[in-house]
Amino acid sequence: MAALSVALFFLGVFLYSVYRTLWYGIGEWGLNKTVGWAWDITNFVWWVGIGHAGTLISAVLLLFRQKWRSSINRAAEAMTIFAVICAAMFPVLHMGRPWLAYWVFPLQNTFGSLWVNFNSPLLWDVFAISTYFTVSLVFWYTGLVPDFATIRDRAKGPIAKVAYSLLSMGWTGSAKHWSRYETVSLILAGVSTPLVLSVHTIVSMDFATSVVPGWHTTIFPPYFVAGAIFSGFAMVLTLMLITRVVFKLEDYITMEHIALMNKIMMITGSIVGVAYITEFFIAWYSQVEFEQYAFINRATGPYWWAYWSMMTCNVITPQLVWIRKVRYSIPLTFVLSIIVNIGMWFERFVIIVTSLHRDYLPSSWVMFSPTIIDIGIYVGTMGLFFTLFLLFAKFFPVINMAEVKTVLKYTVDNGPTYTGHDPHHDLIHKPTTHGVPANAPVNYNKHD
Amino acid sequence: MTKRFALGIFDDEDVLMHAIENVRAAGVKIYEVFTPFPIHGIDDALGIERSRLPIAAFFYGMCGLAFALWMQIYMLGFDWPMIIGGKPHIALPAFIPVSFELTVFFTCHGMVITFYTISKLYPRWRTPVLDVRSTDDKFVMAIEINESTDLNNLSKLLRENGASEVNEKEMTKN
Repeated sequence: MAALSVALFFLGVFLYSVYRTLWYGIGEWGLNKTVGWAWDITNFVWWVGIGHAGTLISAVLLLFRQKWRSSINRAAEAMTIFAVICAAMFPVLHMGRPWLAYWVFPLQNTFGSLWVNFNSPLLWDVFAISTYFTVSLVFWYTGLVPDFATIRDRAKGPIAKVAYSLLSMGWTGSAKHWSRYETVSLILAGVSTPLVLSVHTIVSMDFATSVVPGWHTTIFPPYFVAGAIFSGFAMVLTLMLITRVVFKLEDYITMEHIALMNKIMMITGSIVGVAYITEFFIAWYSQVEFEQYAFINRATGPYWWAYWSMMTCNVITPQLVWIRKVRYSIPLTFVLSIIVNIGMWFERFVIIVTSLHRDYLPSSWVMFSPTIIDIGIYVGTMGLFFTLFLLFAKFFPVINMAEVKTVLKYTVDNGPTYTGHDPHHDLIHKPTTHGVPANAPVNYNKHD
Repeated sequence: MTKRFALGIFDDEDVLMHAIENVRAAGVKIYEVFTPFPIHGIDDALGIERSRLPIAAFFYGMCGLAFALWMQIYMLGFDWPMIIGGKPHIALPAFIPVSFELTVFFTCHGMVITFYTISKLYPRWRTPVLDVRSTDDKFVMAIEINESTDLNNLSKLLRENGASEVNEKEMTKN
């Protein structure tokens, strides 16, 4: 309740900042003639990046048959959806007239058949983000349907019964439906995997296809994708650690899960680190003086603090995960995940603002500083995100029950994993053979 | 139309798998099996045909690709040709991202809509379930019965194959 109140307060901050932006215009933001986009695109890229870990966990790890994903995938997918909603706020608000947002779609208009520009990466973004959002939503919802059915059959109140009946679409768990359901999940995972890579690749092309020094680099697509996974896993960790403590899910989200997520975070963090160094090397090696200046300016110019915050948070701190104690420590992991999220925000800020504020023409060099409305919208989207996430955790199953059931049986066959002594907690027990004749052909190890 | 069912309740999926084989071998037609989670190999045991959804998905994807290419080539190449950034009117490399996204869009949504349609899943006020425990931890084998069915034999068959209980239930199919 306290958490929801805080989240709702920040949602209020968001709504107020949006009201100011719409009523008085984009002038409420700190943008100027040189830095034409700053916090808005920074936050957009940051949120989209966070969203990617959800799809990664649900799709890529499903394809790789990583069973450990099943206790974290539901919350991670929810995180994707809410993060993409938050991300979408920024480009839409930056339009200034969001009620005309449909202009970005190729619709026939009354001014004659003037169409949108399919050569522009910003339009690719429109297609990428809308496809990504709707596909993630459908993927998430389809996964929820069997669990809604479980809740429906257990619901006490009449309202809950009807509500979950509507949500569960009449799912009964028939073998035929399960068979199709598995086919659908697999194909959705199969197409979501290249989709998630394409989305952040396209987001990076917003910069990479321009000629601004510091942006015009071919390394951007893989570098942005790695950064997205990095920040996304950090956010998954932040959320899962809270969920684990609040809902007492220690049996489902084990230390092993946390350690595995930590490792992925460390690997992607190292990839990002290599990308930073490569950028510097290429700038020097290209012998383009504008490019060289852009990178020296990042590290030693007026925004040096942002650059070094990014370096510290993203490259140095994740290396602590090499230490086993850190990997298996909840408080340290929590702090680390927050640091990585901060670092990734600085990464986007460094790329965008330090490249824009000094480009080819010294007469247009300026500094950027955010206004209170800029800050309000950014902090506000966190309120929006956490409000949505808390409501989700309240009313929806945070763990994919159907999938965890398949894994539980598997662990039973391979030795019990639960070692607690609470009899009410004894969820994992040997399957009863009650009623089965002694000579019945039962093979408990028939799993592949 | 009201149908009557004999329900064999099983506690374990491996017992259920063997029961399916034996019940089918005994010449009894299984109406439906309800399980709380997907069971590997149950489609083969029940003789469920492999879903043709992947073929449908491929078809939807191709439609998406064709639509995307047609849209971009028609709009920028023919309807309102404009030179942008020195690129030709039909700049195919620049059309790749949108074509890819629409291929994925059509694949996913086409396939999911097909899935819900053929499985007859849609929001409804109340869902008739033969045994509510089948969405929790029990496995339910439903066998349709009529006047000519020998209930005692059927019950015996199910129990011999590991059913922990055998119930009878009527259900109005809508």
